Amino acid sequence: MSDTAEKVKKIVVEHLGVDEAKVTPEASFIDDLGADSLDTVELVMAFEEAFGVEIPDDAAEKITTVKDAIAYIDEKKAA
Amino acid sequence: MGIACPLGLGIEHVWKRLTAGESGIGAIQSFDTSALPSKIAGQVPQGPKAEGKLDVAEWIPVKDVKKMDRFIQLALVAAEEAVQDAGWMPEAEEDRIRTGVMIGSGIGGLPTIYEASVLIKEGKIRRLSPFFIPSALINLASGHVSIRYGFKGPNHSVVTACATGVHALGDAARLIALGDADVMVAGGAEAAVSEIGMAGFCASRALSTAFNDTPTKGSRPWDKDRDGFVMGEGAGVLVLEEYEHAKKRGAKIYAEVVGYGMSGDAHHITAPSEDGDGAFRSMRAALASAGVTPDQVQYVNAHGTSTPMGDDLELGAVERLWGDAAKGLAMSSTKSAVGHLLGAAGAVEGIFSVLAIRDGIAPPTLNLDEPSKESPIDRVAKVAQERKIEVALSNSFGFGGTNASIVFRKAA
Repeated sequence: MSDTAEKVKKIVVEHLGVDEAKVTPEASFIDDLGADSLDTVELVMAFEEAFGVEIPDDAAEKITTVKDAIAYIDEKKAA
Repeated sequence: MGIACPLGLGIEHVWKRLTAGESGIGAIQSFDTSALPSKIAGQVPQGPKAEGKLDVAEWIPVKDVKKMDRFIQLALVAAEEAVQDAGWMPEAEEDRIRTGVMIGSGIGGLPTIYEASVLIKEGKIRRLSPFFIPSALINLASGHVSIRYGFKGPNHSVVTACATGVHALGDAARLIALGDADVMVAGGAEAAVSEIGMAGFCASRALSTAFNDTPTKGSRPWDKDRDGFVMGEGAGVLVLEEYEHAKKRGAKIYAEVVGYGMSGDAHHITAPSEDGDGAFRSMRAALASAGVTPDQVQYVNAHGTSTPMGDDLELGAVERLWGDAAKGLAMSSTKSAVGHLLGAAGAVEGIFSVLAIRDGIAPPTLNLDEPSKESPIDRVAKVAQERKIEVALSNSFGFGGTNASIVFRKAA
């Protein structure tokens, strides 16, 4: 697992109070991990803070799974 | 009934400490008070539930804690005890629809608003939590309680500064009387022992500043050395229920809410009217609605905040209303032990009044060494008294000149 993936997973576990095992790449924040729309806003803010990236609202809306978050952050960091 | 206050958690634990003359007031440890003239407060003790203390993690899932200011957390803790005590966690939709919530607060999420302001000032506006607004809103205490237990009846919230608690209980009782609900989970919550809260009340010169080295002596209603109130935090929640509804299900009935009165001073933003007329009219209206005369009331839980002006004005109003019956009356201020819980005060003191009726004990007014004014009323100085208490009245008065009084009677 990449560094990004590890860190994303940790943030998701902390913020949503879910079991680590449930945080699979395919897991949807809302459908699988019990988040509501405000939780996802907060989650994206936590990603921004942890990775030092800015995630605009239109991009944030498309981040619905753990995998989406990792991919977006990796792409941003590579750019 | 449920309580979280500076004497701890749980009505029996708190009542035992209160009637034993213990104080919940201490030096503030949770933030730096060096720049503040008042450095003492009553804070809910931190620690495990088993010791009658508060560890929020034992009550609220970690993921939800950050979504609510401390006043809401305290409301949830008190509400949990209250609904358990009342045995009222209905599953049936019809019962849920007939159960409402009315928990108020004087100022709500002040620390949360402060933190958000700092972020904005630091140019970190994008770091503002999406939970900021719902965390700070006063009616979210009622909101969270209703969401947690599925109470779908009237969802309401009172904001009348330090009169909030009594207004919440009185208004909730009236909603039941008017048929809007069968059960109301009602009370108040406050958590303003924070830098901004302390600084604000210091700025209005309302707090005690002479007892920073002897915190338990700071709150001393009616005593000649009193110099302002001592800030407190906490929550009190009562389950009010239509009498026949409660009887039918065999509920534990502590007491009946029999009277409620309100008034406005129309005088000043922070000072009470100089003749105590607002307090007088509020109590008179409460007794009238209860259909009792002053001589039938054995205990008054006073607003008695320990401010130089307010205490004697209230005392004068009670003397005037009670007349000859004043000499048979016991009146104490439990703020001497827990401080002034602002919007939670009326609810917590309502609980104390009910327990005074249940046990026939008038809780003490701590630190009343030498009254600034003599009175025929027994102010229960320093030591609790056993008394026959059938009817008790509790007062709460707030900034803006708002006054509320509630009357409880021993259950038939």
